Amino acid sequence: MAITTVPQTPRNAGRPPSPYSAGPQRTSLGRKVRDNLTGHAFLIGAVLCFVVFSWYPMVRGIVMSFQRTRRGETTWVGWDNYSRIIADPSFWTAWQNTFYFTVLALALGYVVPFFVAILLNEFRHAKGYLRILVYLPVMLPPASALFLFKFYAYDPSEAGLFNAILKALHLPTSQWMQSPEMTMPAMVVASTWMNMGGAVLIYLASLQNIPGELYEAAELDGAGIWKRIRHVTIPQTRLILALLAMLQIVATMQLFIEPLILANGAGAEDSATSVAYLIYQHGFFQNDLNGAAALGVIMLVVLAGFSAVYVRLTAKQD
Amino acid sequence: MAQDSGTRTLISHAQLSRGRGRVIYWTLLVVVVAGFTLVFLGPLYWMVTGALKSGQEIAQTPPSLFPKDPQPQNYVDAWNNLALAKLLFNTFYYAIGAVLFQLVFDSAAAYSLSKLRPIFGNTILALMLGTLMIPAMVLIVPQYVTVLDLPILHINLLDSPFAIWLPMVANAFNIFLLKRFFDSIPEELMAAALMDGASSLRTLWSIILPLSRPILGVVSIFAVTAVWKDFLWPKLVMPSPETRTVSVGIYTFAGGTPMNVVIAASVIAAIPTVIIFLIFQRNIMSGLTTGSIKG
Repeated sequence: MAITTVPQTPRNAGRPPSPYSAGPQRTSLGRKVRDNLTGHAFLIGAVLCFVVFSWYPMVRGIVMSFQRTRRGETTWVGWDNYSRIIADPSFWTAWQNTFYFTVLALALGYVVPFFVAILLNEFRHAKGYLRILVYLPVMLPPASALFLFKFYAYDPSEAGLFNAILKALHLPTSQWMQSPEMTMPAMVVASTWMNMGGAVLIYLASLQNIPGELYEAAELDGAGIWKRIRHVTIPQTRLILALLAMLQIVATMQLFIEPLILANGAGAEDSATSVAYLIYQHGFFQNDLNGAAALGVIMLVVLAGFSAVYVRLTAKQD
Repeated sequence: MAQDSGTRTLISHAQLSRGRGRVIYWTLLVVVVAGFTLVFLGPLYWMVTGALKSGQEIAQTPPSLFPKDPQPQNYVDAWNNLALAKLLFNTFYYAIGAVLFQLVFDSAAAYSLSKLRPIFGNTILALMLGTLMIPAMVLIVPQYVTVLDLPILHINLLDSPFAIWLPMVANAFNIFLLKRFFDSIPEELMAAALMDGASSLRTLWSIILPLSRPILGVVSIFAVTAVWKDFLWPKLVMPSPETRTVSVGIYTFAGGTPMNVVIAASVIAAIPTVIIFLIFQRNIMSGLTTGSIKG
C-alpha cells in the first residue's frame, strides 16, 4: 500500500485549542494536567507500538550497522560492516539492477496509469466495471499472482502463455526469466500488473477535481486534446503526479518478492538480484545481520537523497 | 459513477454524443472494455482453468484455452498436501487480531490527537507520519532482532501472533485516516457530551465511534488485506509449519509440488481477498482516495 501513504502536515497546528479539552471557565492547572494525562492515556497503546516496532528499530538499525555480534558478543567495529558489504561483488550488481527496475517501472508503471485514468475519466459507461478490473490484481496475494506469472506466463517453452501469443503473432519467442536481458522487463510487467490499480484510482480522483471550465476555456482558445492534456490536465494534477513519483521510487527500491519468486532470488547471471534481496540474503542466510543493517542504512541514505532532490524540484515549481 | 456524467472533462459531452465523436467514443469504449477484460481478468481465468489441467496438458503446445479433461483433483491435492485449511485458518486468525488491535489502539490514538489534543500531540503525530517515508526493507533487520528479544521485557515473540498484531498497530496511515475523519465531527457534539458529564472514554464510545462506522470499516478492510498480502514479515517471524500464513506456506511447498497444484493453492489463497474486494469495493476505493487527495 506504499502508493497510497501520503504524509501531511498536522492540520490543526494553527487552530485555537479545542473548546472541549479546555473550556474557558475551567483553566486551572490541575484540570490542565488531568486533561493532558487523559489525552496521553489514549495515545499510549499506539505510541508504545511505534516506539518498539518503528522508532527504536530505526535507531537500532544504525547502531547495529557499526557493531558486530559474534557468539553472543557484541563489539564496535566502526565502518567494517560497510566496507565488507561494499566489497561484496553482488553489491554493485544489486544497485544497478534496482535502479534499472526503478527506471523501467517508472516508464511503464507511472506513465501508463496516468493515461489509463485520463481514458477512464472520459467514459460515461462501464466506468465501475473498468475500475474494478484495474484494482482487482492489487487485492491478490503477491505470491499467488507471481506463481501465475512464473509457471504459466513466463514458461520459456512454447506452452507458456506469452510465448504462445508471440508465436501466434509470428514474433520471436523469449526465454523470459531464463534470459538475463528479459528478466527485468518481465519483472516490471508482472509488478505493474499487480500494483497499478492504486495509482489509477488516485489519479482518477484527482482528475475529477479539475474544474470543467478550464477545459472549456482551453477549447475555446482552440487547444486540441493533447494541448488540453499538456496545459490543463498535467498542471492541475501536478502535485499528485509529483507525490506518486516519489512514492513509487520508494516502493520500487524495495523490489523483493518479484525476484524471490519469479527468479528464485538471483536469477540468470545475477540479473534479478536487488538491494532488498541482498539485505534478506545477508541477514537471514549468511547470518550477517550487522552487514544487512549496514545495507539498510545505505538504502535509507540513497532514498533520503532522492527525497532531497524531490523537495528541491517541487519547491522550485511552486 | 453515473452521477459525474454531468461534469465537463477533457472532451465535451456534446462532442462525444454526436456524429463522428459518437462513433469514436463507442469504438474506443468497446476496445477498452474488451482489452481490460483480457488483460486483468484473462490471467485470472488462465489461473483458475490452468489449475484444472493435467500435467501433460500444461506442457502441451500451443496451450489449450479450455481444460480438455478437467482435473478437480488438483484443487483437492492442494488442499490436502499443503494443509491449506490450517494455513488459511492461521492467516484469518492473524487478520482478525490485527483488525481488533488496530481498531482499539489506533482509534484511541486518533481520538486523542483529534479531540483531546494533549501537549506534544502534534510532535507525536509528526513522528508517526515520518515513518511513512521509511521503506519497510530498511527496518526489517532491526525489527526482526527486536522481536527476537523485546527491549526491557526480554520476551521472544517468534511464532507468536503478537509479532504480527503489534507491529500492525504502528500504522501511521490508518491513524491519519481516522484522525481526519474524527476532525470532521463537530466540536459542539463533544462540548454537549462534556456538559452531560460524559468521560472521554464514554464520548469516544458513544459519540465518536458510532459516527465513524464508514472509516472504521475502511481501516478494518485495509488491515485484513495487509495481513493477507504480507509475505516477508510473516515468513521471518512465523517460521514453524504450524504458524505459517498461506502465502508463505505455498512458497515453502512450491519447490517440491507439481506446478498445477501450486497454482491451485494460489487460487484458493486468493479467493478470500477477492471476495472481500467484490463486497466492499466501494469502501475500499473511497478509503484509498480520500486518504490521499484532500488536505
